[in-house]
Amino acid sequence: MDQVAHLAIRGLEVRFGDNPEPVLHGVDLELRRGERVAIVGQSGSGKSTIIGAILGLLPGDGRVTAGSIMLGSQELVGAAEKTLRGIRGARIGLVPQDPSSNLNPAMKVGAQIADALHAHGIRGRAEIARRVTALMTEAGIPDAARRSGQFPHEFSGGMRQRVLIAIALAREPELLIADEPTSALDVTVQRQILNHLQTLVESRGTSLLFITHDLGVAADRTDRIIVMLDGRIVEVGTPEEILGNPQHEYTRRLVAAAPTVTSTPRLPAESRDAQSEPILIVKDLVKEFKIRGQRGSILRAVNTVSFEIARGSTTAVVGESGSGKTTVARIILGLEEATSGTALVDGLSITASRGAARHALRRRVQPVFQDPYGSLDPTSSIERLIDEPLRIFRVGDRAARRVRVAELLDAVALPRAIAQRRPNELSGGQRQRVAIARALALDPELLILDEAVSALDVLVQDQILTLLMDLQSRLGLSYLFITHDLAVVRQIANNVVVMRQGTVVENDTVDEVFLAPRAEYTRDLLGAIPGAAFAR
Amino acid sequence: MPRYLLTRLWQSAITLILASIVVFVGVRQLPGDAALAMAGEEASPERLAEIRMQLGLDQPLVGQYATFVGNMLRGDFGASTRTGTPVTELVAATLPVTLWLAAYALIVAIFVGVMLGVLAERFRGRWPEWIANGLALIGLSVPNFWLGILAILYLAVTLRLFPASGYTPMGQDPLGSIRSLTLPAIILGTSLAAVIMRQTRASMIETMKTDYVRTARAKGLGSGRVLFRYGLRNSLIVVVTIVGLQLGGLISGAVVTERIFALPGFGKLTLDAVFTRDYPVIQAVVLIITVGYILINLAVDVLYSVINPRIRVGGGS
Repeated sequence: MDQVAHLAIRGLEVRFGDNPEPVLHGVDLELRRGERVAIVGQSGSGKSTIIGAILGLLPGDGRVTAGSIMLGSQELVGAAEKTLRGIRGARIGLVPQDPSSNLNPAMKVGAQIADALHAHGIRGRAEIARRVTALMTEAGIPDAARRSGQFPHEFSGGMRQRVLIAIALAREPELLIADEPTSALDVTVQRQILNHLQTLVESRGTSLLFITHDLGVAADRTDRIIVMLDGRIVEVGTPEEILGNPQHEYTRRLVAAAPTVTSTPRLPAESRDAQSEPILIVKDLVKEFKIRGQRGSILRAVNTVSFEIARGSTTAVVGESGSGKTTVARIILGLEEATSGTALVDGLSITASRGAARHALRRRVQPVFQDPYGSLDPTSSIERLIDEPLRIFRVGDRAARRVRVAELLDAVALPRAIAQRRPNELSGGQRQRVAIARALALDPELLILDEAVSALDVLVQDQILTLLMDLQSRLGLSYLFITHDLAVVRQIANNVVVMRQGTVVENDTVDEVFLAPRAEYTRDLLGAIPGAAFAR
Repeated sequence: MPRYLLTRLWQSAITLILASIVVFVGVRQLPGDAALAMAGEEASPERLAEIRMQLGLDQPLVGQYATFVGNMLRGDFGASTRTGTPVTELVAATLPVTLWLAAYALIVAIFVGVMLGVLAERFRGRWPEWIANGLALIGLSVPNFWLGILAILYLAVTLRLFPASGYTPMGQDPLGSIRSLTLPAIILGTSLAAVIMRQTRASMIETMKTDYVRTARAKGLGSGRVLFRYGLRNSLIVVVTIVGLQLGGLISGAVVTERIFALPGFGKLTLDAVFTRDYPVIQAVVLIITVGYILINLAVDVLYSVINPRIRVGGGS
């Protein structure tokens, strides 16, 4: 490996509009030829802004106000658009973050890959078609010749990400920038894609700049880790240094909060397998959906699923997208009718009960959803959002409800003053606290947490999990914790139900599942969790 | 795709049957008496009864409707009660004029609207956008008969660029025909162009912010290719819907425009028929317009699935 800097960023400062506060405060970064470097930081830390600056593609009115970016001997800051166009794709490839939004929905994928070739002067139908097929095959897409004629919506998330990788590698760039390339994908798919990307990068000697919020992924996949906070680099080191001996206070918190397979459970051992009587009994649950446009074909989204939740405990339902876990949650909440089987809360079924009984049952089971941005009405004040269930169930008068909202804000550790603000003035973590406060308003016994911490940054996620554990011990709540992230499960669950394609493949205590998994699929899932470097 | 089309055709047929009933009943509920209009105020009761019998007005409504549908299916729309000319002949003479006019106006509107919309997006916050926005505002707010009069005054009378009125048939002199339709088409297309411009601009602004546009630029593509293959192509999905919804306005606008420019079109035929209570003509005209609407909607749906591959039901793979 030669030691000349391949990409050298010096004192990079980026501002948006008239905002006097820069988004990047003089960032210095160096990447040697063939080196793999990760930039780790939470959302808003400025890691994606660095990519925008390198490619000359800052969004909106963002601009570089100071510093330099050298790619080899070429200065990129202030370079002419024509020069940059010659560099994008040809010398720097980009694998963007979200495979669902980065492909043109109205264009065949083959044509989108061909565009990358076309941009750099490759002509000739047959030649382009041949290269497109080769690139797709290389990126791990089977039956490439046929699939190149399909549209993005005919591909799964993982396959779309492979298409994006094919686009990024089309011109064999010397530097590949991967912006959270797998954060939208399931762990097992994530592992396949990252393995594949790694092989391709290594075989070509490409330098890699890897942006991620996941310290585990960064440690597993790169030679050096750069930790960013609020537009500044706070620490640089090898994975061993960063994980083993973090210097900066923020890095230390990040390392401590990162959930991994080896995370220590937060529950004391004796309470972990405490078995009281069940609050929820799910028995032989089946849910079938008719597939639109295909008469007679039926999708069995949930296939004879059974499990229980003991009162005051947490049962995690783990599975990848399409495993049916959310459908189970919707049936328990009474939002969806089961085709057969039962979901009983204290012996009663929400879907089977009617009128007052159903009303009463609804109070006892409350949901918290994944997206704290989408699940709070942006036009309502926080107070209104939290007291809405109280108003619906006609609990107390105005004054009493106001007191209750204040109590609930205390319970989720939010300042009372927040009551008059609106959701868009709050951070993601604060919003999720509001969602929890709203769920608690009616003193429920069972909370359905559907990916409730998945959209949050690690540190915030850690705080919310602490809050949930604390609430559980104080209020004796039971949780159904739905997630795709096994690492989180290890910390908080008593029991784990692993689902795959609608069926339960494993149902046991958390220790059994993690230490002695029985199903092949569970072992796969466990193996795919990034952060093996933590164990070293 | 074929199944989707079949469903749409079936729905269209039902719409058509309902429309024919509405037309038939509606026309007969109009105030005024066709026989009276034909015979004149002074006619004797015997003469009126005779005319009623000729027109079949003395039969029960259901019977009249059956005759009406039966004749229509044979392509016989009856004859004008005013002039005695077969309705089919009247339609054949006037419909092409209006179709040419509407098609011309549509092309002008789409071309001008999309171009200005793209321009407005490309030069956001600078003078081309202000001009485009200003033009759209004028196009939407100024009534087209007023624009028509101005156009005749300046472009036809003063500058003599186009004829002020009248129509040259396509078969006789294609160039002259286009010249005679240019002013009406511009006037008729103005408000549609304004709507299309606004939609295109708004839609382009959204599309150009998407991740896939950034990814396209990261491939090293030139701005033109990004604009057309990634930006405009996705923006047009919205535009096509709007055009489909607005085409109805084009047909009713044609009535006014034809009057201003004295074009012997369908709109003029419709107006004349309504004023003289010419039942057979009114029925035919309204039915033809209905069929037109249905076909337009069908075309928009099909076009939609071409532009937006996600709409295609059960096809593709």
